[in-house]
Amino acid sequence: MALILGIESSCDETGIALYHTERGLLAHTLHSQIALHNEYGGVVPELASRDHVRHISPLIRAALSKANCTLPDIDAIAYTQGPGLGGALLVGASVANALAYALGIPTIPVHHLEGHLLSPLLSTPAPEFPFVALLVSGGHTQLMRVDSVGQYSLLGETLDDAAGEAFDKSAKLLGLDYPGGALLSRLAQRGTPGRIKLPRPMLHSGDFDFSFSGLKTAVLLAVQQNDTDEQTRADIAHAVQSAIVDVLASKALSALKHSGLKQLVVAGGVGANQQLRAQLNQAAQQRNFKVFYPDLEFCTDNGAMIAFAGAARLQHARRDYRFDIKPRWDLQQINHAS
Amino acid sequence: MNILALETSTEYCSVALWRNGVVHARCELAGQKHSEMLMGMVDALLHEADCGLHEVDGIAFGKGPGSFTGVRIASGVAQGLALGLQREIVGVCTLLALAQASGKQRVLAVLDARMSELYLAAYELREGEWQESIAPCLCNAEHAPMLVGAGWHGVGSGFAVAGEALQTRYAGLLDSVDAGAVPQAAAVAALAVTEFAGGRALDAAQALPLYLRDKVALKTCER
Repeated sequence: MALILGIESSCDETGIALYHTERGLLAHTLHSQIALHNEYGGVVPELASRDHVRHISPLIRAALSKANCTLPDIDAIAYTQGPGLGGALLVGASVANALAYALGIPTIPVHHLEGHLLSPLLSTPAPEFPFVALLVSGGHTQLMRVDSVGQYSLLGETLDDAAGEAFDKSAKLLGLDYPGGALLSRLAQRGTPGRIKLPRPMLHSGDFDFSFSGLKTAVLLAVQQNDTDEQTRADIAHAVQSAIVDVLASKALSALKHSGLKQLVVAGGVGANQQLRAQLNQAAQQRNFKVFYPDLEFCTDNGAMIAFAGAARLQHARRDYRFDIKPRWDLQQINHAS
Repeated sequence: MNILALETSTEYCSVALWRNGVVHARCELAGQKHSEMLMGMVDALLHEADCGLHEVDGIAFGKGPGSFTGVRIASGVAQGLALGLQREIVGVCTLLALAQASGKQRVLAVLDARMSELYLAAYELREGEWQESIAPCLCNAEHAPMLVGAGWHGVGSGFAVAGEALQTRYAGLLDSVDAGAVPQAAAVAALAVTEFAGGRALDAAQALPLYLRDKVALKTCER
């Protein structure tokens, strides 16, 4: 029985949570920097770091207050050690280690993607090991086989842009604000299916890898060669979303078939996309498998998944308080460590 | 009163404990390894000074200007320690820490801000208190704010990268220069003691860096 404080600061969200190994998630708080980076058309790493250091302590206090806990109740502090923006990771790592040192409790460095992979276990019903995970966000697009905590094998991944990046870059070409992925999906709802045709990169490549960088060239051409009226923009948005979702869904289904597993977990910010969910849900009914999504608030970066992953790795708690961060870190490197 | 101070704004990593007037300090060349060294140095320092963690009455840190990542490490660690120990924090300007450690009365403190710019401030010691003659600013040597009066001591890495230009700008006003001095935790601790005694310490969440350089990227509309 342990109470874990989770700290996430790898990119543009400061997330804090308190997870209890028996009582579950007690509280989580989040500060999103979307508005801050909007004016810059993308995440500015230095500004992200500055914002984390401003918000982290108030968010920790707010989480404690929500959970009706005090600092001495905490048994260990989990924090995102990587991958992510170096300066941003350092903020969470420095506060986590100093706070743990002051409280005389251990720290648990967590891999950000392990947090995402395990995040569906925070929801009910939760999947059971083993399962296939489709991890899709602005920074990652991977298909993994998850056998247990710490047992991950990569089935395939993007060779260039992440799916969320493809959404955001296409949105930018359509003149939408950053980050435009969600706005593009909203615009796509009014689009005419099939009017604009875009390629499905690597759909028939025979493996589980993705490539989205060519798509934005096709989108650019579509924007240049067509009218700029609202309906045409919506039609292009629809075509973009369909192209990305088709590839994601198709590869996820192949991965399930290949692995012989009957559970698919979808994690990461793009996992909130309604068309992706609709397509996967339909396929799940037809092909008799189960698909799991984290609650919407846990799709994007958050502290809850870090606290939860920390709880799953309690036996790896450390007391050296060296906060060596890992901005680049392959998830498979943590295999067999648990 | 026991004050624990951290300073990581340059390639050096230093910690100090002001223990009822006696200063214990450690300083090491860290390069970019501050995050791996800092907590270990704190622990060793407290051990050496035979000071329990809970005997620490306040946390001080070098708040900058300096390396952005460096000052954030000190800020983050100060926040974490202060939250956990339920203590207050004092952030000390790195330029003032240079002045304090110089042992002089009139000090022009200048740090290399990279990109051909400098972090610069001037302080005068009057009746045991530092007065700001030039408030900390970001500038280049040619347009640095003017000093009033002569007999100034120049200190800090700014003199290593822009020594000649600074000598030209302040021709005849500088008596001596120490380009090798770096901000250290011992000076941060000594300066923080006055702030704690004067009731000017801050809540843990307010222990924020002083960057001086705020324009770090162009907005979409500025490109």
